[in-house]
Formats: sequence, structure tokens, C-alpha cells
Amino acid sequence: MRVNFTVNGRPQEADDVWEGESLLYVLRERLGLPGSKNACEQGECGSCTVRLDGVPVCSCLVAAGQVEGREVVTVEGLAEYAKDREQARREGGACASGACGTSLDAAKKWEAKPGQDSQTGEGVELSPIQQAFIDAGAVQCGFCTPGLLVAADEMLERNPSPTDADIREALSGNLCRCTGYEKILDAVRLAAARQERQEEAV
Amino acid sequence: MDFLRPASWEEALAAKAEHPTAVPIAGGTDVMVEINFDHRRPEYLLDLNRIELLREWEVGEENVRLGASVPYTRIMESLRAELPGLALASHTVASPQIRNRGGVGGNLGTASPAGDAHPALLAAGAEVEVESVRGSRFIPIDEFYTGVKRNALQPDELIKTVHIKKADGPQQYSKVGTRNAMVIAVCAFGLALHPETRTVRTGIGSAAPTPIRAKEAEAFLNAALEEGGFWDNGKIITPSIAKQFADLCSGAANPIDDVRGTAKYRRHAVGIMARRQLGWTWEQYRGAGRTLEGAA
Amino acid sequence: MAQHTRTVPAGTPTEVTQNHVKGGVGESTLRPDGTLKVTGEFAYSSDMWHEDMLWGQILRSTVAHAEILSIDTSEALTMDGVYAVLTHEDLPAAKNYGMEFQDTPVLAYGKVRHHGEPVALVAADHPETARRAAAKIRIEYRELPLITDEASALAPDAILVHENRDDHHSGHVPHPNIVHRQPIIRGNADEAAKRADVIVKGEYTFGMQDQAFLGPESGLAVPAEDGGVDLYVATQWLHSDLKQIAPCLGLPEEKIRMTMAGVGGAFGGREDISMQILASILALRTGKPVKMVYNRYESFFGHVHRHPAKLYYEHGATKDGKLTHLKCKIVLDGGAYASSTASVVGNAASLSVGPYVVDDVEIEAIGLYSNNPPCGAMRGFGAVQACFAYEAQMDKVAAKLGMDPVEFRRLNAMEQGTIMPTGQPVDSPAPVAELLRLVKARPMPPERQWETAGESADVRALPGGLSNTSHGEGVVRGVGYAVGIKNVGFSEGFDDYSTARIRMEVINGEPVATVHTAAAEVGQGGVTIHAQIARTELGVQQVTIQPADTQVGSAGSTSAGRQTYMTGGAIKNSCELVRERVLEIGRRKFGSYHPAWANAELLLEGGKVVTDGGEALATIADVLEDQAVEVEEEWRHRPTQAFDLVTGQGNGHVQYAFAAHRAVVEVDTELGLVKVIELACAQDVGKAVNPLSVVGQIQGGTTQGLGVAVMEEIIVDPKTAKVRNPSFTDYLIPTILDTPTIPVDYLELADPNAPYGVRGIGEAPTLSSTPAVLAAIRNATGLELNKTPVRPEALTGTL
Repeated sequence: MRVNFTVNGRPQEADDVWEGESLLYVLRERLGLPGSKNACEQGECGSCTVRLDGVPVCSCLVAAGQVEGREVVTVEGLAEYAKDREQARREGGACASGACGTSLDAAKKWEAKPGQDSQTGEGVELSPIQQAFIDAGAVQCGFCTPGLLVAADEMLERNPSPTDADIREALSGNLCRCTGYEKILDAVRLAAARQERQEEAV
Repeated sequence: MDFLRPASWEEALAAKAEHPTAVPIAGGTDVMVEINFDHRRPEYLLDLNRIELLREWEVGEENVRLGASVPYTRIMESLRAELPGLALASHTVASPQIRNRGGVGGNLGTASPAGDAHPALLAAGAEVEVESVRGSRFIPIDEFYTGVKRNALQPDELIKTVHIKKADGPQQYSKVGTRNAMVIAVCAFGLALHPETRTVRTGIGSAAPTPIRAKEAEAFLNAALEEGGFWDNGKIITPSIAKQFADLCSGAANPIDDVRGTAKYRRHAVGIMARRQLGWTWEQYRGAGRTLEGAA
Repeated sequence: MAQHTRTVPAGTPTEVTQNHVKGGVGESTLRPDGTLKVTGEFAYSSDMWHEDMLWGQILRSTVAHAEILSIDTSEALTMDGVYAVLTHEDLPAAKNYGMEFQDTPVLAYGKVRHHGEPVALVAADHPETARRAAAKIRIEYRELPLITDEASALAPDAILVHENRDDHHSGHVPHPNIVHRQPIIRGNADEAAKRADVIVKGEYTFGMQDQAFLGPESGLAVPAEDGGVDLYVATQWLHSDLKQIAPCLGLPEEKIRMTMAGVGGAFGGREDISMQILASILALRTGKPVKMVYNRYESFFGHVHRHPAKLYYEHGATKDGKLTHLKCKIVLDGGAYASSTASVVGNAASLSVGPYVVDDVEIEAIGLYSNNPPCGAMRGFGAVQACFAYEAQMDKVAAKLGMDPVEFRRLNAMEQGTIMPTGQPVDSPAPVAELLRLVKARPMPPERQWETAGESADVRALPGGLSNTSHGEGVVRGVGYAVGIKNVGFSEGFDDYSTARIRMEVINGEPVATVHTAAAEVGQGGVTIHAQIARTELGVQQVTIQPADTQVGSAGSTSAGRQTYMTGGAIKNSCELVRERVLEIGRRKFGSYHPAWANAELLLEGGKVVTDGGEALATIADVLEDQAVEVEEEWRHRPTQAFDLVTGQGNGHVQYAFAAHRAVVEVDTELGLVKVIELACAQDVGKAVNPLSVVGQIQGGTTQGLGVAVMEEIIVDPKTAKVRNPSFTDYLIPTILDTPTIPVDYLELADPNAPYGVRGIGEAPTLSSTPAVLAAIRNATGLELNKTPVRPEALTGTL
């Protein structure tokens, strides 16, 4: 079957999709977006977490046919997504509740910008959570990292000042086997603190 | 394999009538695991994601009409007051990502004894609204589970909504797993006090071939509460009543030994959960206890 | 943020020859692959993709021990999209492979020896086509009796898992179902026992643990025009793979070009071959690139696990708290194929006493062949199982003597100069007592953290967590301590070396160092410290790390805590040779202009040649101009000896590492659920080349130990020898809600034999964290608990 949907702001078409394929498979093997990871394929590890119409989901448990016409954001598009969200917020999309989220319309307006060096990663603009993961030493083998970043970014969008328990709960669906999670907590705290400072500056 | 994408409920019913072997897929949290691991190769997948009415709920006078695909996340965020037991159960489902996709319809469709929603539905009291091109019917939750991973659905029927009694008293839910998050139930227990009818209802998960109620325990407690005038005097329930209730709940379980736990442990744990929940709910009924909100 | 303290005693030699460099040794520089990893661009082995590639699929045995009567592939071969269906009959050359013993069939022939053994192989144009074809292969088995434990393995009429053994241990083992046996006899345990005022015996069971790395076994094999193959895989040791792959393909090693793809964690589970040979055979057979990716179910069969063990211990002590003797027997189940079982046996035996002074010992460790899943390397490698047992014993002896368990340990703690039971003197710091003191001195975490300001209990801080099982009822706190000893590097006379190729040249006017090794970056941060060492030694800012491949000499395995020591040492050594060459060129060019050039104490710093007084003589750019200097050299640690097969004596180990833990747990004693509240660690790291990475390793290792304490176990049905929980639904590893705060203290007591004084750090924390958690649970419950993991059943009497 054919599936048309939007990934990181760009329309994508996948052809000859077997009906049993997951969104994860289509992203990785058909669209050249292997950033979402295939660690368990049973919804137990969170490594394949993407946002589907803004909502974090395990892409391994979404049937390819279910994403027809929908919007997906993967780790490859996270930096731009975060940047555009920040832009939108500065332009007056203030959020009184502290749980603003991203509207579907806002998500639809968003587009990835080409021009990154995919070999070295140099010249890449990172989202605050991505930078914090590097700075805090939250990345070891890195296989859990993409899913954690998507989940953590979404949590900080809803809850900009999380307690440690909030962070643990929000990330409880993302397994990491290398770090013992301490530095992941550090990274999320760091991103939250930087975000707060940034907001104070604005 | 064919992928059917009905745009409306009517189209979905027509598709299911035409292809009774079609496997409905909504959140995908059960079906996709089976497909990914080659446990299942359905002839047709029937995608229910496009059907808006399955994602809606309505709070009525007596009941909440809960669409089969309302994600657990919405239940725990929006229906804590009306469905506290189910909200607590929803919070124990897998992970945030899974709670964003999965809904009660999936639990009912799969009818695994380990489904997290079942004990809460049994305790609250509910009816499952199922429909086919032939028409719709309501199946009381007590009659819904017919065997291990089997339910009362006809091959051409789909689950549309679940009508759950709005809480008229405190409700609780716990499950035991060997991890502090993201764990399948070793066993689970739900308890609802219904002060309006002066009854209690229970639900036990993962400790029998199907989700069950501990009816003897309920009958005992109903009688004991009535006899002691507890509903009116609001006294603390005596330890001997609590113990008897817990023992009867434990006795209602009919578990097996498996890789997740022993039958003996499951029976034991059901008793502990029953006793604790009776304490929590009764304290709340008396107005002295902690609220449930924090835990949901 | 958790507190980390660092103690460097005065006068500690750390031997940093050049330390004025930014981003050099001792700094927490950031990972060079960090940006790629956070943007999803980093290419892991499962991300490999090639135009026109096929998908490989393995068909695995459904029974554990059986004769293969027939294999029928005819139906599978007729399917559209299927390019190859292979069995052992199609293998091009050698039919077996293995790291230490060549006992593992590429595809089973004659019989299968464990559940999930590869029997047939398919290549097809889509994974689903490959799966359907594999499902159409018909295999007829005749089941054989099962060997599942010591009793069945050594029974008089026991069927042999492997007939006609001719491996290097077959001559000395007492039974062909024993892979290796290592006794250690020192002093006279029977005599010493007479001095004991108390004797404590215990029997312990350690469950089978899975590495559970997140990146599944996977890779891509591309057939080459020269008849060879280009192989992109995730492994811990490229050259060991190569040595095993070549004979099975019937190709010379140079026709197999291996490149390290991104590795999604390893922990020992990638030390053995997984899909390497199979994908290569399919690629060569079909003439097309072949990708293979195990799913999580298959991954549980696709790599070896940590050996489950039975441990029988007897300790004696005098009433003033001195250990008199130790007798122990350790039985490790190696499963159907040897993998590294023999080395695990050597480790278990030689480290079975723990970090304590015991002069009179009688030790025996054996590794079995059985029809259980094959077991081999996992972080801690034989020392983990022993530590679980001896630390339980230490608590029991202390209790029997009425002594504080930490004081009792400190009284018996080894130190520099202690003689190991193997007769080997410990010739570098062994701060066992100090590590125990450090964890004990930490303030206790606050009590009843679930009580929030509001009315409700925060279930996230309670045993059971989100499952809402307790609001404080039944919850009891417990505290436990443990300390362990682990060897670093390859032992028992193995020729353990690493190779580093270093190139120095001038690019755009700037000196640039290029580091090329075959060392596997499995997440530990090897690439980070390689650059740091090059900066320190060569005084340059820009360092390029070449991808690891087989175009450079072997780096040895990323295991045994050896890579910073070994490949770090090789890089340091090669850099020093490059430096000499650069200075030599400089002397030739500029020597006549400045007398200082004759001075031997010249350094490279900040892109310049400087004197030890800091005077700059020339820029490296001026010295080299368009000339490049390149050195590739092997580097070895000091030699070790085999353990004597009768007495176990021998200087078998290179270096020892020590870590201690204090666990604070809260147990719901009615439901048997455990929440670890804090797991403090103190470790001697010799020299923290990258402090951020050091702490990350310690926390990660600690968490794997926590997992095995309370939840992790591969459950094998003793009646069928089949794995019952090969999934992340039923093999549970800790989530972020199961993992406590892990504060770390580390000491930097240099090992004078090691480069920069480093000490392997990755493994030791995995040892002591498990027994510390067990001790804390025992402290909370008063139960004996002699098995990992502690199941709720064991805490509630409902087994």
C-alpha cells in the first residue's frame, strides 16, 4: 500500500508498504530516517519514541497505514521543532497554564530546514535538551538517546519546571542500559534551568 | 494482509461485517506487538484511528460514556473525579507513550486477564456497548469476559463505548509488578465503595483465567457494613472484618504459576491489596483519609 | 546534581608528561560523537542500508537438545522474493567457530544443543518475505535427554553435550561435560579451620543475567568484486571476529574488510560472533548486500549471557574478627557452547576470596557444558557471582561474631602487598578499607520521602511505584554494604595487546593528529579519551578519530575494563614515538639555530616545540611543513602467567580494581516489593582520564548490579531447557523509577604499572552493587535470601 504523511514538516510518500509494517520501519528503512531506534519493537523501551500529531508514541506500535495524512516529528527534526516552538512562544503564544503544548496548527506550520552536515554533525543547531544531554554526559552508547530526547522535550514543553519525581515519571517509558539514568536526570534538570534562564532573559 | 481504513463508524461496521476475521487496531499496543513478533498474521487489519467518536467521552447523570479509544492519558487527566478507579488503573498502564495510544477498548478486545482496566471496570460497574451492522447491544461487564483472552463479542461486532458508573464513593486500584514502572500486572485489585446503594464492588486482575469479582467477599463486606451500621456511623472498620474481607478476596483468586509469579504469591498479594484498599477507601469515605488525586 | 568527590593523595604519581593542554587527560571533555548521537545521525549497525540489499533471517531450533533428522527447504525456496535458503550443507568452509574453543556450529548439523540455536538461513527482499520463508522450512528433530545442571551433567550415564573434545582443556577436566576446572589451594584450610571460633556455611544461587544492550545484533555484509566481503557490524573486538569469520568463509583475512558500525551497548554480549558469519555467507552466496537485524526476542538467543552459578562457601573466623580460612566451590553453567566459560572459571576461582586477607584456602570452580543457553562474557565476568556469595558470607560471619559488618570487613581488608590466593602479590594500591569508610561516612538519605507537603502519598517514592500498592504500609528501611575485587585486562598468560596508528600532519597551517585504532566504542567513551591522550601527548588541539576497522592492527576487546589501559596505553606509546620523530625532524631542520634543540627534554605544547622551561623553539607547522609522521605500534601490558591446574598458583592478573557500595532500600514487607532509595559507590579509579565518563561508568555499572539484585533473570525451564522470558515484557531491566540516586566518591591512587596510573573502572561497580542491595533487603526483612534476583515470593514466603 501507499502511505502519505508528513515527517519533520516535509510531506513524505512511502510506496509498496507491507500492511504489517510499523511506522518505525517506514521511517528507518523507507524514508532514510533511522534516528528512531529499534531496540525492542514491543513498546517496552521507548527508543522509537516520536511525536504523532504532537503526542509522544512508540513508533514501533503504530501501523504504517495509521499515519496516513498525519504529522510525525522524529529526533532528526527535534532541533527545528524546538526552535520553531520557541519562536512561536516569543511571538506571543504565551502559556498561562504552564501546560501549553503544541497545537496541531503550529505543528503543521513547522518545516525542517536543510543544510546540515550529516557526516560530522558540525554546524548543527541543537535544541536545549539535545545540548544538555551532551553537556551532562547523558549519552553513552546513545541508542536510547533519540527516544529520551523526544520524550524529555515534550515533558519540558508541558512542565517547564519538573521535580525529580516528575522527570522520572515522564521518562519511565524509556529504558537506558548504560548510564544508570543519573546523568539523564542531570541533563533534563540542566535543560529546564537553561530554559528558565532564557525565559527570564526574554 | 489488507489494511482497511474506514473513515466513519458506519464504514467500520460494514467492513467488519464483510470481513469478520478483520483484527481491529486502534492504539496498536497489543496488535502491533503480535505482528512485530510474528505471533499473528491477520488477513485484515481494521484501523479505527480515524473514527472520531471512539475518542470522545461524555459525562452523564449516572454514567460516563467512554469511547473505546480514549487514551489512558486522557482518562487519568480528565476523569479522575468521575472514574477514580479507572484513572488510577490508567496511570499504571505501561508507559506514558503507551498511555497516549492505548484505550479501554483495546483492553476489552484483547481480554487478557492482565489488562489493567478490567478490575477498575468490574469494581465501578460498567456496560460495554458493542455494535454491528445488525444493531447495538450492551453487555454487562460481568458477562463480558468469557475465557482466557476471550470475550462476548460476535465476529462482526466492534466495541464502541463503555458506560461506566460515575463514582458515588471512593475507589482504589493497585497492581503488583516487579518493577516500579512499566510492568505487566502480576496481579491487580480494584475496589469501589458505592454509598448510594450501600454496596462495595471489587475486581481482580491476572489472578484467574479472566478478570473476576470477589463476589463472596463483596457479600460478606456488604453484610458486615450493614450489620455494624458502618455506612451511617462512619466508624473505623474492625481489623477482623478487614481480614475476613481480604481472605475472601484472596480465596476468590484462581491463579496459576507462571514466569511472572507464583499462584501462591498472587493469592497472597490480592489479599494484601484488598485489605489496604479497604483501609484507604473507608478512610476517605469517613472523610479522614487522603485524597486519591495525588496518586493518579 | 549528585555529589561527586575526588581525592588525590599528595605525591600520587600520575605520570602526565604534558599537562598544559586544553582538552587533555584529566578533563571532562565532551564526547566527539555526542552531536551525531543526539541528532539521530549516528549510524548504528542496524541503521546500515544499501541499494538492492536483501534481508537475512535465521531459523532457530525450537527444542534444546535433539538430533536433526531432516531439513526440508524446498517449499521456502519456491517463494517469490527469496534469494537463498541455506543449511549446514551449504556452508563454504569451516563449520564451527568460537573464541576460545571452536565448538559452535555456524548452522547446526547433526544435533542442536540449546533452544534457539541457528539451523537454517534465508535471504529475501523484505524481512517479512524472509520470515515467511523461514517458517516454511521443515525440520524433523528427535529429542535427546537434557543436561540442565551439575547433577545431570556429571551423572554416570550423562549424555555428552560435546563428544570427542580436543580443546586445550579437554585433557585435564574430570568429565567431558566440564568445560574447565580451576582449583586453588593455598595454606591448609582444614588446619586453619581448627583456629576458627565461628564457622559459617552458605549456599548461594546466582540467576542468569542478560546484557540487554539496547541496540540489537545487526549489520550489513556487502560482497566485494575481489570475491571478499565488506562487513559493517557492532562488535567488541573486530580482530577476534575476523579470526573466526575467515575460516568459516574460506577466505583469507585480508579479503574480509570489517568496519565498526555504531554499537548500541555491549557489556560483554558482543564479544562473541552473532550474525557476522551468517550475513557474510548470504552476501557471498547471493552476490547482494545482506542486512540482518535481530529483534528483541531473537537477541535473547543471539548472544551469550552471564553464567548462572551455584556457590558453596565456608568461612571461619576467630572471635576477635579475623578470617581463618575459606573453602568454596563455584559451579558455573556455561550452557551448550564454551564461549569464554574457561576464562570465567579462572576469574571466579582466583577472585573467590574477595578483597580480603585469607591465607588458607581451598577453592574449586568449574564450568559446565549443558543444554541451557550458552553463557560467556558479561560485565564483571565471574567475579560478580563470587562477590554475591562472599559478601553474603561476610555479613553472616560478622553477625555471628556480633560485629559491625563494615568494621569486620575493614579488619580483614586486603591492601597493597597482600598476597592473593594465587600467590600473586598485590603490587599497587588496594584501598579496600578506605572505600568502605567512604560509603559508610555518607549522610543517610531522608526517611519517608513519600510524604509530601500535600495530603497524598507520592507513590513514585514508594515500593511498587506507579502501581499504587502502598501508601507507606508495610514499608521498612534497610541498609547494606558490600565491596568487591575485579581483575583488569586479559589474564592467565594471554598475550594481551593493543595497536595504535597515530599520524601527525599540518592541515591549513594547524597541526592535526589522527588516531586510528580498531578499538570498539561501545558507549564507554573510548573515542573521547583517545582524543584527550593525543592532545596531551602531542600538544595539538585538533584530533581526528578514524573509524575503527581491520585496516589497522588489533586493539583487543573492549572488555575486562582494559580499553583505557590498553588502547589508551597504545595511543600514548605511539604518540610518544610520533613526538620523538617530530623532534628529530625539528632537530635536523633547526638544531643548528638554537642550542636548546640539543636538550632531550623537549615537549610539544600548544602546537609548538617547547623546552621544559617553557621556551618555544618552533611551531609544529614549521617543523613538519608538508611532511606527515605516522607510527603504528603494538603495546602490551606486563605479562601474566597461567594458573597451575592443581594448585591455582600463578601471577595470573594484570591489575585489580576495587569498588564498594552502600545500599539503602525500602521494602514493602507484606507485598515483597523493593525500592532502592540510594546506592552510594566509592571506587579507586587510579586516574580519572575523563571524570564525567568515570562517574557515568560507575553509575551504569551500579545499575546493572541493582537490576540483577531485584528483577533481572533469564528463566530457563528445567524440564525443557527453554527460555521462558525472551522479551522486554518479561525480562525486566531497571527503569528510571527503579534507579536511585547514585552518589559517587572516587579515589585516584595511581597504579605505577599503568599508563597515567589508570585502573579499569567499568566492571568493579557491577560486582558490589548486587550484594549491597541484597544486604540491605536482608537488613530490612531479617530474611536470609541466598538467591538473585530477590523475587517478591522470596520476601513473602510464597515461593
